[in-house]
Amino acid sequence: MSTPAATAEEVEAQGGLRPAEFLRRFARGDLAEVRVILALALIWLIFQLQEDRFLTATNLTNLVLQITAVGLISVGVVMVLLLGEIDLSVGAVSGLGAGVMAVLAVKHGWHPYLAIAAGILAGTGIGLIQGALFTRFGIPSFVVTLAGLLAWQGVLLKVLGDTGTVNINESKITGLTGTFYSDTVGWIIAFVCIGAFALVSLGGRRRRQKAGLSAPPMAAVLTRIAIVGVAIAAAVAVLNSARGVPLAALILVGFVIAFQYVTTRTRFGRHIYAVGGNAEAARRAGIKVNRIRIVVFAIASSMAAIGGIMAASRLLAVNQSSGGSDLLLLAIAGPVIAGTSLFGGRGTVWSALLGALVIGSISNGMDLLALESSVKFMVTGGVLLAAVIVDALARQQRQAAGRV
Amino acid sequence: MSTNGALLSLEGVSKSFGPVQALSDVDFEVAPGEVVALVGDNGAGKSTLVKAIAGIHAIDDGRILFEGNPVRIASPPDATRLGIATVYQDLALCDNLDVVENLFLGREELASGPAGVVRQLDETDMEQQSHELLDTLAVTITDVRAEVGTMSGGQRQQVAIARSLLGEPKVVLLDEPTAALGVRQTAMVLNLVKRLRERGLGVVVISHNLADVFEVADRIYVLRLGREAGDYDAKETTHEEIVGAITGATGADKAAPATGGEA
Repeated sequence: MSTPAATAEEVEAQGGLRPAEFLRRFARGDLAEVRVILALALIWLIFQLQEDRFLTATNLTNLVLQITAVGLISVGVVMVLLLGEIDLSVGAVSGLGAGVMAVLAVKHGWHPYLAIAAGILAGTGIGLIQGALFTRFGIPSFVVTLAGLLAWQGVLLKVLGDTGTVNINESKITGLTGTFYSDTVGWIIAFVCIGAFALVSLGGRRRRQKAGLSAPPMAAVLTRIAIVGVAIAAAVAVLNSARGVPLAALILVGFVIAFQYVTTRTRFGRHIYAVGGNAEAARRAGIKVNRIRIVVFAIASSMAAIGGIMAASRLLAVNQSSGGSDLLLLAIAGPVIAGTSLFGGRGTVWSALLGALVIGSISNGMDLLALESSVKFMVTGGVLLAAVIVDALARQQRQAAGRV
Repeated sequence: MSTNGALLSLEGVSKSFGPVQALSDVDFEVAPGEVVALVGDNGAGKSTLVKAIAGIHAIDDGRILFEGNPVRIASPPDATRLGIATVYQDLALCDNLDVVENLFLGREELASGPAGVVRQLDETDMEQQSHELLDTLAVTITDVRAEVGTMSGGQRQQVAIARSLLGEPKVVLLDEPTAALGVRQTAMVLNLVKRLRERGLGVVVISHNLADVFEVADRIYVLRLGREAGDYDAKETTHEEIVGAITGATGADKAAPATGGEA
């Protein structure tokens, strides 16, 4: 807590976003999303210069399909990170959720949708158990979920049985990642999305004006709508020129938008940020802190299972290594790279999507360049380390400025 | 002690923690539109007294009257229901949330109509109410959408106090509201305390800073070793007299002998 330096901070906090101010906040790491979009552009530029197949419609469609699973898992990871906790079991849970679905659908002949629901519910149940252990016994979440990581991997082996692999050829399951929409449907989706965004933006501005509150200038709102509109239209145009808009992309973006809404517009979401910011303050404000924690862990494991099911749909199988390897680390690294803090209370669900895009692009580009796994791992590790350092520096800056 | 007109009164309240007698036979009251400063040395029982009123510590003996009626305050929600709000020294704000979000934390308002169906928060209404509340308290915060973590200690303290008023309490307990604040910031917070008095609230302020106490208090209540060591009208007493009562150098009406307790 500082007193003399406070005036400068107050002025700054209350000032608008002038260009110099923008640059300063950008350098300080406050505008993480702008930073990560620029980083993404840079990554794309570098790979495009090295390999001109990178920015082709076919490859970008591949990229979208590659990031679906990890992006969905990251959505749940973001929720946990917002609490200031971590879930190391999401990789294993994604494998187990997919395993449950595959075994029920293939070996027991369940209707595919029922099997999918069962796989997701398995994830939900796991999250409830882990959340309850964490809150009831006060064990650090990384220990609870580290135990989970091992245990659920074991359960996956058990569920898969002797063969160790279950192949999926049920079209309703493979269709999750194998369905592409026609150009017309793609454009209708683009139109609906842009229209909805414009309505929400303009409606929000009008509501604030009617209430006599400060509203952003019309030009700023229209510019935002234009940027988002162009981005959506460009994405659909590119996807249409290859195989069309994939269902997988809609599922990923749909979950991102839904949880972005939940975290920023609902009481539950507000309480997640409060618990992550200051759990004691949240408790004193009458928030049921442990209930929030348990529900968030259940969401994280459910999203992990959903991601695992998408991965299985793309791989056409579930095997003993499903959900293993670097999936867990990538799912956590993505949001952190895109600005969600490991210290809790700061970040957005969008960072799951942006982070998955960054990590996916790096991985995809290095594959195109036919680099060895050794190089891929080292580069990805380096990027994660850089992102975490930026996060830590931003936090130090805030503390130095009297902000905790 | 008479109970006529008193909003909150404690009669013969005692509290011990094991062998330590934190409060013994304390009588205390606060009237509407009155600021009572609660002073005393470290371990004199100030915090225990406030925590007893706030429902954090149940009292062992004696009784608490609220608006003349005997009440039982066994938990913080009991105190809140009666209309007793407490602002703790460590603020209990979330630094990562903005002013509006902090003010309404735990009592967020949901939108009506179609947006209410999807459980959407009514941000515009909460923001309007925040402006109104801060305006009536003459708290100057230009941007209620700025993160509380970016604000000065004085502004944060004002937000914390304003937050306690949203539940429309009748009594507000402030634990060291000016600790760690600079001169200008302290003045802002003390002005806010005066405005609470103007609104007809009963205000209890714990403070170590006698200059602040004389600035805002109508009455100064001194605790020493868990016992009442004096109850002074702020206009008729002096700095020296209060210091004497705090340290035990000058005995007051019910002052404990120097060998009293150990708390």
